[in-house]
Amino acid sequence: MSPLSQSQGSTFTRILSLGAARGDLVVSNDDIAGPIDSSDEWIRQRTGIIERRRSSEAEEAIDLAVRASTEAIEKAGIRPDQIGAVIVATISNSVQTPALAALLADRVGATPAAAYDISAACAGYTYGIAQADALVRSGTAEYVLVVGAEKLSDFAKPTDRSISFLLGDGAGAAIVGPSDTIGIGPTLWGSDGSKWDAVGMDRPLKDAFDDPEGEFPTLRQDGQTVFRWAVWEMAKVAKEALEKSGVTPEELTAFVPHQANMRIIDEFAKQLGLPESVLIARDIATTGNTSAASIPLAMHRLLEEHPEASGGLALQIGFGAGLVYGAQVVTLP
Amino acid sequence: MAHTTEEVLAGLAELINEETGISADQVSLEKSFTDDLDIDSISMMTIVVNAEEKFDVKIPDDEVKNLTTVGEAVEFITKAQA
Repeated sequence: MSPLSQSQGSTFTRILSLGAARGDLVVSNDDIAGPIDSSDEWIRQRTGIIERRRSSEAEEAIDLAVRASTEAIEKAGIRPDQIGAVIVATISNSVQTPALAALLADRVGATPAAAYDISAACAGYTYGIAQADALVRSGTAEYVLVVGAEKLSDFAKPTDRSISFLLGDGAGAAIVGPSDTIGIGPTLWGSDGSKWDAVGMDRPLKDAFDDPEGEFPTLRQDGQTVFRWAVWEMAKVAKEALEKSGVTPEELTAFVPHQANMRIIDEFAKQLGLPESVLIARDIATTGNTSAASIPLAMHRLLEEHPEASGGLALQIGFGAGLVYGAQVVTLP
Repeated sequence: MAHTTEEVLAGLAELINEETGISADQVSLEKSFTDDLDIDSISMMTIVVNAEEKFDVKIPDDEVKNLTTVGEAVEFITKAQA
């Protein structure tokens, strides 16, 4: 018989707490409409965005991550040194290495926790929750800090009409830990690399280095392809996530989709046939699309506005560049 | 069961009305979706997906970009039914 032993953690897990940090600047539609030859009305009608939050020069993604994480750790009632792993879902690390997570672990006092970044665009946070759930249940970590942190304004080209005006800066953090009852349902996740070009950067880093203008690559998308996939394909994923977790739409307290565009959220909710009683997160209206940060920020806000929702079930679904997606039903902290 | 061009136009007008409120009599073949009917790309996609279901055809994403007028859409759908 092998002398090798295996770790075993808590049978169940849940999200103990959330923390949020939004960019310090409030940027109105009028502030950005000029370079894209647009208007406040057009942006509101097409995207549901009234204003978005962006960070000033001095505020980086790591700073947003630290603020959000500090709140989540305090609210979870744990010591930072009890955190076994720090996972940061982000596309906003301005260096290829080291990962933002290592710096975050150091700044919040979680060292020597394992630390790594996830690059899964707007599905990153749901991938992080899937990982955290597995890590805790396998006994690999007792508490996991999962953060979606983005400073997308660094990658937004003011004249780009495909995506720039949607983007915001922020970070959302969650502490995942052991639970006496099921708090995180089965993850439904996947990819469709055939649509790798649908959303991403306007050119590779290498091209930017070779360019005498020296402009940093910026985000762009094929909006129609993304819209169709995000609504109709992701509606199927959402339904499957509900089925797998044994939860009906009527049993949901809240629906927290990635805050890509209000039109996507509306159409998505229609496709899912959610009853009127289900709260729908619409944080995008005043935060913008913050990629990996959007779900935890939206959930945090939903709970601030509806504290009675705590303990209820929420379907969260992230989807984005890759194309990749991830969904779970979770108990609201 | 394949629809005639007239049936496709009527069906498409119905879908456009459901999505945008534009009345069916406004939807004529020569009209441009964006310039004449003021239908944005997001609504366009919803209409396209609903048309796929209604007429049992496939309209790929890169084909959608070529369908700038009602007439072009009707022609594509009519042919695709074959």
